Amino acid sequence: MMSRIFRHLREGIKNVIRNGWMSFASMSAVIVTLAVLGFSLILTFNVAQMSTDVTSQLEFSAFLNVNATQQTGSAIAAQIKALPGVESVQVISKNEGLAQMKKELGSEMGDVLNAFKQNPLPIQLVVKPADPHQIDRIARQVEEIQGVATVRDPHQLAAAIFRTLAIVRDVGVVFVVALLITSMFLISNTIRITIFSRRREIEIMKLVGATNWFIRWPFIVEGMLIGLVGAVVPVLVLVYGYRSLYIRAKGVFSGLAFPLVQAGDLGVKLAVILLAIGLFIGLWGGVMSVRRFLRV
Amino acid sequence: MIEMQDVWKEYPNGTQALNGISVQIQKGEFVYVVGPSGAGKSTFIKLMYREVRPTRGHIFVNGFNIERLKDHKIPLLRRSIGVVFQDFKLLPKLTAAENVAFALEVIGLSHKQIRKRVREVLSQVGLEDKMDMLPSQLSGGEQQRVAVARSLANNPAVIIADEPTGNLDPDTSWGIMRLFQHINDRGTTIVMATHNREIVNSMRRRVIAIENGVIVRDEEKGYYGYDE
Repeated sequence: MMSRIFRHLREGIKNVIRNGWMSFASMSAVIVTLAVLGFSLILTFNVAQMSTDVTSQLEFSAFLNVNATQQTGSAIAAQIKALPGVESVQVISKNEGLAQMKKELGSEMGDVLNAFKQNPLPIQLVVKPADPHQIDRIARQVEEIQGVATVRDPHQLAAAIFRTLAIVRDVGVVFVVALLITSMFLISNTIRITIFSRRREIEIMKLVGATNWFIRWPFIVEGMLIGLVGAVVPVLVLVYGYRSLYIRAKGVFSGLAFPLVQAGDLGVKLAVILLAIGLFIGLWGGVMSVRRFLRV
Repeated sequence: MIEMQDVWKEYPNGTQALNGISVQIQKGEFVYVVGPSGAGKSTFIKLMYREVRPTRGHIFVNGFNIERLKDHKIPLLRRSIGVVFQDFKLLPKLTAAENVAFALEVIGLSHKQIRKRVREVLSQVGLEDKMDMLPSQLSGGEQQRVAVARSLANNPAVIIADEPTGNLDPDTSWGIMRLFQHINDRGTTIVMATHNREIVNSMRRRVIAIENGVIVRDEEKGYYGYDE
């Protein structure tokens, strides 16, 4: 049994090598396909994480008139708190706002703010609804309260980005499906060429009583090897690439304060998915190509 | 051993190859199948190892009911039959020993068993000293001996040979025929399609003559019976 498995593996490897250029071409096709797929997956995972992240911490800011005092601020905050569906209201005073801005701008740019004689920032109220879906209604009600200058949803930008990413992802899916079919076709063609070059062997195998599965296995192994190598390359490149990006970005998607999916988790998921798909298209390519040839 | 009952074969292109063949071949017989080219000899031979299926009729070979044989059982039938062809059908990149081993590997014998059996059958055909030569290094007769050794490897009950001497000169042909005789003496049934008048007429065995898809003659110790 073991010796038979080794035999099929050995013959499969021989097939790949004997048919070097075609194998290389099909591997390249699988590599490109799975690289595109892997890239879309990385995008998808991150978009998914961001979406849940955003919904869980969905909140909006209301800015009061610049000349509003701290008392007015508290009063308005209480008023907002009383609205139905509001979970919490946080008051960020003028000074706190300034300090926060300085921090965000960094030490050098932050000095620019010292040029202002008076604090130019209005009081900011951060409103968090109990139910994220109610956010628009509450925002509209808050906007109408006397003393509130503007209401800003900081995640409108995020929403726009999500939409763009989703389009990118959908286009990616279409690409990936087309590429998957192409790769499968290429693999199955490559194997067909191997089969053709080994048809005499196959003929003799049949005459001396080889079972169809015995004849099939080496070609299926050939397909799976092509698929596997074609998957390992993009897995390594993408996982390594994502990891260095993750480390450089310190785990945060620049600009927006959304954490990236952890590099380790994503790497494992990506590797499992891509390897499985690589093996599958290789297997399928192998099965498809042998099927026609084995009619006795 | 081998039995055909009213067997007909029509190919998809409309060729009527066999038109009602009935024959019985007993265990241990040595049978020549003769007849003009295109008379149906090849089809007759191919039916026995299920290379082609009959359109009508019943065929039994080594206890297998050919027309009811499931595809996945064909390998079992073929393991009970040795086949030898005019063009030897050896793999050019494998040595004599490897060519024989190939047939045994396919049916899943262990390396040790294979090595032992390869040596046995190659010495049976008188080639143990040329085991490691490639087919291209062997003469036509030697190549055919390797093919015969391969057909013997599984210890088949029947050997089916399709013009085994067709590509060989007369002297070499006689060597191969003596080999078949020797194999037959040990109890293996042999069915041989041939065009070799000289051999049929001097090594007298049962002769089945096929013309236009029917058996026109079936004689013990018969003659070739066709003029040049």
